[in-house]
Amino acid sequence: MCKKLIFYSISIIAILSLFSACKPKGVQSAVSGDSAVKAYVPPGKYDEFYNIVSGGFSGQMSIYGLPSGRLFRVIPVFSVDPEKGYGYSEESKPMLNTSHGFVPWDDLHHIALSTTDGIHDGKWAFGNANNTPRIARIDLKTFRTAEILEIPNSGGNHSSPFITENTEYVVAGTRFSVPMGDKTDVAINTYKENFKGTVSFISVNKESGEMNLAFQILLPGVDFDLARAGKGKSHGWFFFSCYNSERANTLLEVNASQKDKDFIMAVNWKKAEEYIKAGKGMKKNVRYTHNKMDESKHSATSKIETEAIVLDPKEFPDIVYWIPCPKSPHGCDTDPSGEYIVGSGKLAAVIPVFSFTKMQEAISSKNYEGDYEGLPVLKYDAVLHGEVKKPGLGPLHTEFDANGYAYTSFFVSSEIVKWRISDLQVVDRVPTYYSVGHLCVPGGPTKKPWGKYVIAYNKITKDRYLPTGPELTQSAQLFSIEGDKMKLLLDFPTIGEPHYAEAIPAELLSKNSTKIYKLEENKHPYVTAGEKNSKVERKGNEVHVYMTSIRSHFTPDNIEGVKLGDVVYFHVTNLEQDWDVPHGFAVKGANNAELLIMPGETQTLAWKPERIGVFPMYCTDFCSALHQEMQGYVRVSPANSNVPLSFSTGNVAKPTAPVQ
Amino acid sequence: MKNKIFLISFLCALFFWQCDKGVKKDYKAVEVEELTKNQPEVHGTEIKEGEITFATPLNSEWVTQGQNIYDLKCMACHKLTDEKLVGPGWKGVTKVRKPTWIMNMIINVDMMLESDPEAQKLLEQCLVRMPNQNVSKEEARSIIEFMRKNDGEQ
Repeated sequence: MCKKLIFYSISIIAILSLFSACKPKGVQSAVSGDSAVKAYVPPGKYDEFYNIVSGGFSGQMSIYGLPSGRLFRVIPVFSVDPEKGYGYSEESKPMLNTSHGFVPWDDLHHIALSTTDGIHDGKWAFGNANNTPRIARIDLKTFRTAEILEIPNSGGNHSSPFITENTEYVVAGTRFSVPMGDKTDVAINTYKENFKGTVSFISVNKESGEMNLAFQILLPGVDFDLARAGKGKSHGWFFFSCYNSERANTLLEVNASQKDKDFIMAVNWKKAEEYIKAGKGMKKNVRYTHNKMDESKHSATSKIETEAIVLDPKEFPDIVYWIPCPKSPHGCDTDPSGEYIVGSGKLAAVIPVFSFTKMQEAISSKNYEGDYEGLPVLKYDAVLHGEVKKPGLGPLHTEFDANGYAYTSFFVSSEIVKWRISDLQVVDRVPTYYSVGHLCVPGGPTKKPWGKYVIAYNKITKDRYLPTGPELTQSAQLFSIEGDKMKLLLDFPTIGEPHYAEAIPAELLSKNSTKIYKLEENKHPYVTAGEKNSKVERKGNEVHVYMTSIRSHFTPDNIEGVKLGDVVYFHVTNLEQDWDVPHGFAVKGANNAELLIMPGETQTLAWKPERIGVFPMYCTDFCSALHQEMQGYVRVSPANSNVPLSFSTGNVAKPTAPVQ
Repeated sequence: MKNKIFLISFLCALFFWQCDKGVKKDYKAVEVEELTKNQPEVHGTEIKEGEITFATPLNSEWVTQGQNIYDLKCMACHKLTDEKLVGPGWKGVTKVRKPTWIMNMIINVDMMLESDPEAQKLLEQCLVRMPNQNVSKEEARSIIEFMRKNDGEQ
């Protein structure tokens, strides 16, 4: 027994030493002395960057400050948020409507910040829903979800919401191919024959930001994973990584890992755009929702759309080309110049770097090694700039700085590796704790990286924080990249599971941030413009309460004449015009959530009382010294009662004269 | 044992002392003023003595505009009688307060609550800060015209 133990111990030590031999000397496990100062933002001072982080399976988007790692706000996007009434208020419910009905949750993976000429313009943030395929646009003035567009002909919108240089398009590529069109009830093992993938190009209006499904490209049923647009010289092209070129429909872990190479798909979207303009696309009947928030009405609408224009690249041979890429590629990242495309094969021993110039030459000389599903496959060597040799294990994502360096995350060997694009030499590496997924360099995907930091979004937390039972927070780590060596500055916990994130200089957003909604501009159909206009109206079994809130009372705050079977709509207008004075509203027994109403805003809570009695209502957001007094009552009488509808605030009942 | 602990502490101290060299504070602060630019929320500049003059008869256009603003933004807290609601009632306000004081209370409430003893006294009585209701200088002037009407001027 004892001998065995010793034998095992020695073996384990030997194996471990083999592993550690792969690691560079001087692995930093300790933090150097000035880290605290570099990540410290004194009380009352502002951070240098906004970090806009995906919330993964929380479905939301979160806003952090860098370098402090402080959480400022969680923006509800694809999941309901009772704290803010999102998905519960009548105004916000349509945002979560889909062709499948109301969907209260999704999985938000990636962030794309809008750019003009390839540089952050601070207008919008886009996020993708992986489960029920959608793209959301967040207005960076209000930090609220402004629009959600569902993607038809798609299952698993993972390869999204990456954008072109001037935010002409946001893309959506199918991770899960599905049968499309009229024939959707098919045997799963007819995958190769019946399952298709698509990549969608969604146009974005330059001024309003409004999204529209411009066209879809119909593709073989591979899994589209990630994507990046070309920029500068490669503007007009889009690159998508794909795995499962085996087109397996079961046990993909094994069956989709058979081939030595999968592909990066290069799409000439300018060409595709020309064909669409020339009317070459096919109109397909589909069904998807288009949800928009009207900022002046504080209300969302949901519209069903029924048409998609689809382009089959087999008929237009100069749109789509396959670049062979080892092996099961995940990240697919273009450098700031737009010349280099970095593929990160999860199972590959090298990082291939492709050259846009060489790709153009190979296309013009038809330097193909064959075709895949009728579309040309370019010769690997003909388009390769070079390979980063022995970079680490399990490369996932690459970000860039402005000085010609790339930073690649390695999931299996838990490290960030810095390498030079020109000669493909590794120049530095740091360990992450643990198993890093995405990386973020401020401006990393743009033509003008702001640099300074790289943030690792780790997949495994283990012992980094005080334990909180089986479920732990996700862990991000901030590194300085200002010197030759990357330096760990800070660990900070995050919400959900952050996948991709972007960071943008604070001044690009802070100066435009909305403080209040102007009462004069409130176009809500149920606005109460001043206390004078507050009232209660009955329409059949609907009771509409036009209510105002101001420090510290509701008008009306005494309501009688509601009957069992009625639906009461509280339309609450916050009359404040002062920054950061929201009022909340809650009523006992409501089967939904609270309202949180910003200054100048109107929001509606629907309440269906299920018993008779008197029900308190109150303000949930501490608003003033007399916040506790901000309360009222609603009386609910039996259905056949003849209590008249009445409402008041501040009418003190006169005591009846004492009986003599 | 004690010696060991001492030695470790000493080494740690040495390590941190070594690393502490070359520390520089390089965070960049965003200008606070920058945040308030281009914002719909208006903070007025101080109204000086003599800037506001009264004329009779009242400007009826201003009276109407003032009343509309009152209905939307002031009525929730101020009655037109001398009865206190959240804030004091308006009856007689133009007789008791100087026009500059009223103007500053409407558009410069933070300054007033910080420096004006009368405003501070009112806060002690009402316990709710008079809010900034995003009223411009011109709008505030029309509110005063409405107050004058409320006080019986023609």
